[in-house]
Amino acid sequence: MKKFIAASAISLGLFSAPLFAAENYTIDTKGMHAFVEFKISHLGTSWLKGRFNDFNGTFSYDDKTPANNKVSVTIKTASVDTNHAERNKHLRSKDFLDTDKFPEAKFESTKVEKTGAKTANIYGKLSLHGVTKDIVIAATEVGAGNDPWGGFRRGFEGTTTLKLKDFGINYNLGPASETVEMHLNIEGIRQ
Amino acid sequence: MQKYTRTARSLHWLMAAGIIGLFALGVWMRELDYYSPYYEPAPYWHKSIGIVMVLLFALRIVWRYLNPPPAPLAHHQAWEKKLAHAMHLFFYVALALVFISGYLIATADNRPVPVFGLLELPPLFTPFDGQEDIAGEVHEYAAWSVIVAALLHAAGAIKHHVIDKDSTLRRML
Repeated sequence: MKKFIAASAISLGLFSAPLFAAENYTIDTKGMHAFVEFKISHLGTSWLKGRFNDFNGTFSYDDKTPANNKVSVTIKTASVDTNHAERNKHLRSKDFLDTDKFPEAKFESTKVEKTGAKTANIYGKLSLHGVTKDIVIAATEVGAGNDPWGGFRRGFEGTTTLKLKDFGINYNLGPASETVEMHLNIEGIRQ
Repeated sequence: MQKYTRTARSLHWLMAAGIIGLFALGVWMRELDYYSPYYEPAPYWHKSIGIVMVLLFALRIVWRYLNPPPAPLAHHQAWEKKLAHAMHLFFYVALALVFISGYLIATADNRPVPVFGLLELPPLFTPFDGQEDIAGEVHEYAAWSVIVAALLHAAGAIKHHVIDKDSTLRRML
């Protein structure tokens, strides 16, 4: 009987494991080796930079089967931080992110297309301010390897440009400030 | 007729004008377009005038303590006196809330509060999490309650002047 259970356990295990398994990663927000940053022009004279402090996500990485590559990130919009309390408060208000009504922004990839040895376009749906739109993130793998504490890590850098109006954010910041550039740095720990 | 002291009357009307003005300024400045020439100076004026109001408020409490206001009119009912007294107390409490919360919004990330470029009021407390949001809510509700109370207060004064034809309002003019 014991043998039978052991045998079924092994066979079930074999059956349930895909032949080419994608590596699953959790974005390291515990040790905060991940950054969701943005920049937007201020009057065309300078760049205003900010970031979201509270988010979490996962990704799957499969070098051989691109269809297995996936990214999913959820951002708490109220954690917007531009190093100025009154501006942060304004960004959380109805004029911009309306964080009471839309506490989360979400990115869910639909397709990852390799564009080079270390680069890829990540297609996906971004839900922000109650609007879901298709966006493309241009991503570059920064590196991967064992960390000194027994884990394995892989990191990416990505950029995309969002039009505020596309997401129903219509506050007039001027003609130079209609788009915001997102700059994403994520490091995942393999599970 | 025993009037309020000249100082008490001046403080009353200065603060009435200041508080109503600040309320209007506060409502107006939040709706300003980013390209409005007032977008930047309006909050600066709001803070500066606000601090002046805090000073007048402190002065007023000290003055009231040293120079008690005239006794209520003899023919007023006990409930009228109580109501008027409760309303005055409410003003002091609500205004204190408006002042404290306003100060906490302005100093939420350790920035000083400007007073017409003459001086700056430094932040006195270590900011707490979500300070500008919590203080913002308190500021808005407390300010509205002051304005509603002021309307009732004015309605009472006009009622005494026009209907009762007594000296309640004239004592403050």
